[in-house]
This record gives sequence, C-alpha cells and structure tokens, in this order.
Amino acid sequence: MDTSENLPTYIAVLDVPEEKIEILPGASADLTSVTFSIKEEDHTLGNSLRWSIMQNPQVDFCGYSIPHPSEAKTNLRIQTTDRSNAIDAMNKGLDDLRSVCQIMKARLHQRLKEGNYAHTE
Amino acid sequence: MALEDRNRVVILEDRVENISGADFPMSFDGEDVPFHLEGFKKTFDIKIIRLTPTDIEFDLIGVDASIANALRRILISEIPTMAIEKVYMINNTGIMQDEVLAHRLGLIPILADPNEFQWKRPSDPPTDQNTIVFKLDVACAKGRDVPEGETDPKIKYINSSIYSSQLQWDPKGDQETRFAQNPIRPIHDDILITKLRPGQIISCELHCEKGIGKDHAKFSPVATASYRLLPDIQILEDITDDDAELFRDCFPPGVVDIVEEDGVRKAKVINPRKDTVSREVLRHKQFEGKVRLTRVRDHFIFNVESTGIVSPEALVNQALDILIEKCEISKAALDSAVKGNNEEE
Repeated sequence: MDTSENLPTYIAVLDVPEEKIEILPGASADLTSVTFSIKEEDHTLGNSLRWSIMQNPQVDFCGYSIPHPSEAKTNLRIQTTDRSNAIDAMNKGLDDLRSVCQIMKARLHQRLKEGNYAHTE
Repeated sequence: MALEDRNRVVILEDRVENISGADFPMSFDGEDVPFHLEGFKKTFDIKIIRLTPTDIEFDLIGVDASIANALRRILISEIPTMAIEKVYMINNTGIMQDEVLAHRLGLIPILADPNEFQWKRPSDPPTDQNTIVFKLDVACAKGRDVPEGETDPKIKYINSSIYSSQLQWDPKGDQETRFAQNPIRPIHDDILITKLRPGQIISCELHCEKGIGKDHAKFSPVATASYRLLPDIQILEDITDDDAELFRDCFPPGVVDIVEEDGVRKAKVINPRKDTVSREVLRHKQFEGKVRLTRVRDHFIFNVESTGIVSPEALVNQALDILIEKCEISKAALDSAVKGNNEEE
C-alpha cells in the first residue's frame, strides 16, 4: 500500500525539519552500533519505536533518551549482532510499528462496524 | 516465572512488583518468543465498551505500554484542531484586561473540521483556507422598565454577562458555502466569557488557526484521554462466612459477591473492572496468603472524552494515523540520513 502520494494532513509536513534523522559521530564502521538523533520527536515515537526494534532477535541493545527537555531531540541507540546492522534494524522497527498501527486501525474499524458494544453503566 | 504470571503486575502492601514487561526475544531461558505480526494479530484485540457522542471507553488488549502511551500522548497533544489564536482588540472598557480576555476566548472550543483547513505559519498571510474569523461586539446598557429595588444584574442590565453564543462568525471567501451544512460556531453556547456593567463595551475581531496541543492546550481535542490496567483479583484460598463479608466490603460495591457453594458461603470476584486497587484487603491479617492483587499488564482500559469538535471514535482513528505518519516520515528521513552518511565517507 503506497500512502506517500496522499499524505494525510494531520502532521504539518512543512514543519518537518530537513535533517530529521542524523547519524551521530562514533558509529562503528560496519554500522552495527549506531546512535540516531531524531529531531522533533519525543517519547511518543521514541518509546514505541524502541519496543518494536527490541522485538528483532538480531538486536542486542536498543534504548532511547531525550538529552535535554528544552531541545526537541531524541537519541536512539541500536546495537545489533554482526549478521545485521543498525540501519536495517531501524527500518524493520519502523515497518513493524507501522504494521502494528495498521492492524490496530483495522480492528478498530471492524469493532465500530460490528456495533453491539458491551455497555456498562 | 509461570507463563500466566508473566503479564501480571503484582500489587503488594508496600510495593508493586513485576512492573516492566519482558516480552522480548531471548528474555526467558530456553524460550524464544520472536515477534510476528501474524501472532500479534491473534493476541491483539479492541473491545468497545461504551460509545457516546463525546465519550468512548474501549479495551486495548495485547499491546505494549509504549504503544498505549503513544496513543494517549498523541490524543492529548498532536491531533490538530482550530482555536482562536489572534484577538484584535478594537475597544475594551470592561474590567477584564485585554490579555486575560484574549486567553479566555482562546480556550473556547470551536466547531470546525480541522481537515478543511490548512496549516498557517506565522509568515503566511491569513486566507479563507487557514483562518476563521469571529467578531465580538457587545455593549452593556441599563434595562428598560426595571422594577424598583431590583438587584439581579441579569434583569437590571442588558448584556451584563457575555456568553460564547454572542461570538459572530464572519465567513470569508467561500467559507459560507463550504460550511453551509455545518456552520462554524462555538461548541457550547453557555460559556461565560466576561461580565460588563452599563457603559462598558467590548469590540474585537478573533482569528482562529489550526494548531496542536503540544503548542497550546487550547488546541487539544480531548478533555481527557487516559488508560488504566485491568485489575485481576486472585483468591488463592477459599474465604468463607464472616470473613467473606469483610472481604467483600474491602472492595468497591459490585467487585466481590458472596455465593453459596455446597452450603458454604464463599467470596467470589464478579467484576474486577470496578476495582480501584485500594489495597485495603492487604491490611487484614485473616486474608494473608489468601489473596493476590494484580493488574493485567497488556490490558488497557482507555477512556477518551472529546471536547466535541471531533467524534471520539474518529479521534482514536486519527491518533493511529498520526503514529503511522510518524513512521513514514522517519523512514524517509532515515533513507536520506544513510545517503548523507555514505557520501561523507
């Protein structure tokens, strides 16, 4: 499913910084250990992305931090085994998180359609 | 740890145990629980408990706390709405200062579909595509034919209280036809904005713009968006007779009931959902070792209350859309970051 064409309007695309993701200096040469700096993101994406990346068996370590509360930046560290690399793990994490959301959305629509809510008083 | 205990948070009298989940590959010896979307599809579920025009209560089952929390955070601070952002004061002789009045006006929820409007950067000029204009022109005067000795300002004066219903929408461009079906107006007509006395007037023009709760709480589309974990009270050993009554009274009404089995009156948990997890039951010696208070770690009871601008079910749907959008934007950014990294080398 290609959604890039009709990008919905919920996020102000104009406000997305040009270099939203930066690979911080100090990454290993084979890119198995990388710290990404994601701009204009917080715990919303940081924590859920950390969870989805950690589901990958090739990932040895994944953690995130917000270095300073007045800087809209999230640092995400990924270390993988040498059978993979951090870029792939990040890509897979983002894909999985999106799929999880799509499954949740589909289920929500299904339940709304079914009606007959379990009313409690 | 036993499999059925793995997703339970245990509440003890002085602490909470087993708080963080460990549902990651290689967390448990000799067991590999890799994540599969197909598996997720099977264990995940949404149950809608209650849906009204402004409220939704639903259960989100089988997701990690980070996902539930992301949803909650997006609902509060990242779903756009229209709200009064600029107030041009032409005249204000009321006792409320301009800035206080402007702040109060900003907090009034405006019924306008945010998707019908564009984002407005500070440098953009206002157009009918990104701005809604309201006018507030009110003057207070003495009422006519007021009985002598009347003290109620509502009878004595005209326009002694200014309500949100007195905001006049001033359609610009094609807005009048675009919103003919659903004219733009404040959600509630009875929000008191300020009070005036004879001779005082307020005259101002209000511009609404699109924004998100992260920038200012007035843009937040929800009054509340919260979740709690489903309580699970485990009775490990039968609690009978007088103890059963005491046990029942340790919980809010409707959580525990007393049933008769083989001539013995026993306490039985009938609706743990109503429990507030007060820990009262753990204070009594006679229940030691007989009961365990737990919460189900991956069962979230969500409560979303809309301000009335967007329907609650649409809010949840939009929150998921925004998380999907975030992933897509980040994926594109990751590609360009990797490209930039390769060029440097």
